[in-house]
Amino acid sequence: MTPAALHALLEKHRHDPTRLVQILREAQDVAGWISPPLITEVAGHLGVPRARVEGVAGFYSFFATQPRGEYRVLFSDDITDRFHGSERLRLDLCSQLGVEPGKLRADGRVSVGVTSCTGLCEQGPALLVNEHAIPRLDDARIAQVAELIATRHPLREWPAELFVVDDSIELRGWLLGASVAPGEALGHALALSPDAFLEQLAKSKLRGRGGAGFSTADKWRSAKQAPGPTRFVVCNADEGEPGTFKDRVLLRRQLDLVLDGMTACAWTIGAQRGFVYLRGEYRFLEAPIEAALAARRKAKLLGRDVLGHRGFDFDVELHLGAGAYVCGEESALLESLEGRRGIPRNRPPYPVTNGYLHQPTVVNNVETFASVALIALHGGDAFAAVGTPKSSGTRVHSVSGDCAKPGLYELPMGATVRALLDACGAVEPQAVQVGGPSGVLLSPREFDRRLCFEDVPSAGAFVVFGPERDLLDVVVNYAHFFAHESCGFCTPCRVGTTLLERSLDAIDAGRGTRRDVKEALRLSRMLRDSSHCGLGHTACNPFLSLYEKFKPTLERRLSSLDFVPTFDVDEALAAAREVTGRDDVKAHLEDV
Amino acid sequence: MSSFTLDGHDVPFTEGQSVLQAALAAGHPIPHLCAHPEFKAHGSCRVCTVKVNGRMVASCTLPAAAGLAVESETQELKELRQGLVQLLFVEGNHFCPSCEKSGECKLQAVGYALDVRTPHFPQLFPDRPVDASHPDLILDFNRCILCELCVRASAEVDGRHAFALSGRGLTKHLIVNAESGLLKDTSVAVTDTAVTVCPVGVILKKGKGFAVPIGQRTYDKAAFGFEGKKP
Repeated sequence: MTPAALHALLEKHRHDPTRLVQILREAQDVAGWISPPLITEVAGHLGVPRARVEGVAGFYSFFATQPRGEYRVLFSDDITDRFHGSERLRLDLCSQLGVEPGKLRADGRVSVGVTSCTGLCEQGPALLVNEHAIPRLDDARIAQVAELIATRHPLREWPAELFVVDDSIELRGWLLGASVAPGEALGHALALSPDAFLEQLAKSKLRGRGGAGFSTADKWRSAKQAPGPTRFVVCNADEGEPGTFKDRVLLRRQLDLVLDGMTACAWTIGAQRGFVYLRGEYRFLEAPIEAALAARRKAKLLGRDVLGHRGFDFDVELHLGAGAYVCGEESALLESLEGRRGIPRNRPPYPVTNGYLHQPTVVNNVETFASVALIALHGGDAFAAVGTPKSSGTRVHSVSGDCAKPGLYELPMGATVRALLDACGAVEPQAVQVGGPSGVLLSPREFDRRLCFEDVPSAGAFVVFGPERDLLDVVVNYAHFFAHESCGFCTPCRVGTTLLERSLDAIDAGRGTRRDVKEALRLSRMLRDSSHCGLGHTACNPFLSLYEKFKPTLERRLSSLDFVPTFDVDEALAAAREVTGRDDVKAHLEDV
Repeated sequence: MSSFTLDGHDVPFTEGQSVLQAALAAGHPIPHLCAHPEFKAHGSCRVCTVKVNGRMVASCTLPAAAGLAVESETQELKELRQGLVQLLFVEGNHFCPSCEKSGECKLQAVGYALDVRTPHFPQLFPDRPVDASHPDLILDFNRCILCELCVRASAEVDGRHAFALSGRGLTKHLIVNAESGLLKDTSVAVTDTAVTVCPVGVILKKGKGFAVPIGQRTYDKAAFGFEGKKP
C-alpha cells in the first residue's frame, strides 16, 4: 500500500495503538496481506515496538502474514457444514481452480482453506471470500464462485445475491418479536434514576446470556461502585461458539434494543464510551451497524446529552475481531479491544474493576443487552415472571443440524430439550449438543432436562444429531476446533488440545487402542483442572461426554489389538519417497 | 501476621503476596517455571497449580488470604505437575545431555524434582531453526517453554522490547524485534537482564560454553527449591 494510503488510514485511527487490530484489518484489505515492511511501517507510526505489531498480526487467523492471493477462500468447518457436504464442495472448488487445499496457487492469486464455524450453521455450508460470507453452498454456487475467481472478477462486483444471509427466525418471543422504535426502551430507562433502573434490573433477576450466567444487576453494581475516573460498556458480539448464530440475527433485527440496553447501562453505571466487539466473520453486519449508530447520533440517542439529559454523554464504537474464538472470553476481548493479542487476563482483578484500559467495565452479551431493553419496557417484575425462579426471561436458541426447520427459536427459560426438538422437527435424534462444543452432549435419556441455568445452561447453541451420524466425527471435529482456537498461553491448553486431537484422530483412523482412550482421559483431566481460562477447561467436554454417555460408539472404533502404532508407518515415509523421487513397491511398507 | 495453611502447615503472608510467594518465603518449594521473584505473576506454565477448596488454581496468581486451606504435596497434584512438565518436554526439542544449560535449567530441575523419568506423550518434534546471527548471543528456540520471562525483562527492565510472542496455540513462538527476524538486528545487549533470565537454554552467550563443569552446577548440588542449600 502507498505511504499516502497508510498515512490516511492511521490518521483515521488517530495513530492510536489501541486501534491496532482495526488498523491491521483495514491495511490488509488494501495491501492484500500484512508484509514485514508493512508491520515495520505501522509500528513506527504508532510508536510501539515492531515485535508487538508482529505478535498481533500473528495471533488472529484472518491476518495473513504470508501472501494469500487476491482471493482467499475459507470454508466454514463446523460439523454442521460437514454434514451438508462442505468437504466435497471444498475439494471440488480446489479442483476447479487448480489449487491445492490450504496452499497458495502457483500464480499467487488464490488460496482455499478452512476456518472455524462462521455462524451460518442453519444455512450452511458456508464460506468466506476475503472475509465476506457466502451461505447455502451447493454445486451451482461453487461453480459460480470458481468462475468469478477464474475470470478475476473484482469481489465488490460479484452478484449481491451470493452474499444474502437469511435471518431464519422460526419462533418469536417478546425479544425476537419486539416491535419498538429506536430509543423507546431507553426512554423508559432514563425516566428512572440510575439507582432506580438498577433496582428494576435486580428485580428482573436477569442473568448474563453469554454462558456463565452471572447476575447482570450485580455486575453493573460492581462496576458502578468501583473507583475510577471513567467507565466503559462493552457489548460482546464475538459470537464464536460453533453452532451459535442468535446474536447475528439480534444484531440485524433488534439492534436498537441492544443499543438501548447498552445506553441504559451507561446511564446506570456512569459510562461515556461503549464498544460493540463484532466477530470478524460477521463483517456483513459492519455497514448496517455503522448506519444504525449514525442514525442514533442524529436522533440524540447517542452523543452529547442523550435524549436531552444534560451531562449524560455516551457514544458507541464498532470494533471488528479478526478470527479468534478465545476473544469471546471477556478479558481476552478487552485485550483485543486494546489492540493486543487476545490472551485472557489473570483474575482477579475482574473487568468490573479493571476492564478496558483497566477502568471499571461492564461486558455483556448481545442478548443480555437486548433483554435489558425489554426490562426497561416491561419492568423487572414482568421479566422475572417469565422462565424459572433462577432463570428469568426467554432464551434464543440457535438450532441447526439434523432437523426439518433449523433456525432461531425463542422459548421461555426452562423449556425442555424435547420441546425444542419437537418444535424444530427433529426425527429420532440420537444426541443434541447444547451450548456448543464447550457445552454438553445430551443423550435421549436426558431430553426431558430443562434448558436453564439450574439444569442445562446454554450459550444458545443447539445442534441436533440424527440417527445416522457418527458421534465420533462430531467429537473429532470439536477437538480440531479447540486445538485451532487455543490461544497458546498456558501449557495444558496449548499442548494438551493438540495431543487430545491426535489421540482422537488415531481412534478415528482405526489405529486407536484402549491406551489412547486412557491418554485422552488423562489429557482431559489436565485441561479441565489446570487451564488458564474457560476455553481450556471446556475443551475436553466433547470427548468426556462421548466417553460417559456413548461408550459403545467410541469402543467399536478401537482396534482390538493391544498395540497399534499411533501413526501410519507407510505414510510416515511419504516425505522420503517424495524427496528421493521413488514410489516403487520397495519404497512402501505395506507388507511389513 | 495473617496466615493460611499449606498441606496443614501454617504459612504467614503479607498483604499483596500470592500463595506461591508466601509459600516460597516460608521454605515450601512449590514447583514453578514462569514465576520469577522480580516479575509480576504470569500464570502460564501452570506447574505451580495447587488445590484450594476442591478447586485447582495456579498458586502464583492466587492472592494469599487468611484461612485458605491449600493442598500442594499430594499424589493428584504431583501427577498433574508431572504431566505439565512432560507436555513442555514433548512440545519442544530438549536434549539435556548436549545442552549447555544442563544442571542450570529449571525445566530439567523441576522434572527431576517431580520424578519425571520419560516424556510419556508423543514427541511433537517442532522445526525451530536456531538464530546464531548475533555476535555475542545465540537463540536456540528448540528449548523455549514460552514463559515470556525474556519478553517481560526486555520490556520492563531493559526497556528494549527485544522479544515478543507471535502465532497462537501450538504455533505460538518467540520472536525478536526486527524486520529481518534476526537477533543481530535488535538492540539487545549482552548485559541485558533478558539475556540472563531465561530459565532454560534458549538465550546463551557465545564463547562461554561449559564454564562451570557438569557436576558442579546449581542443580547438581541441590534439588529444585533448595538451590544454594545443603541437599
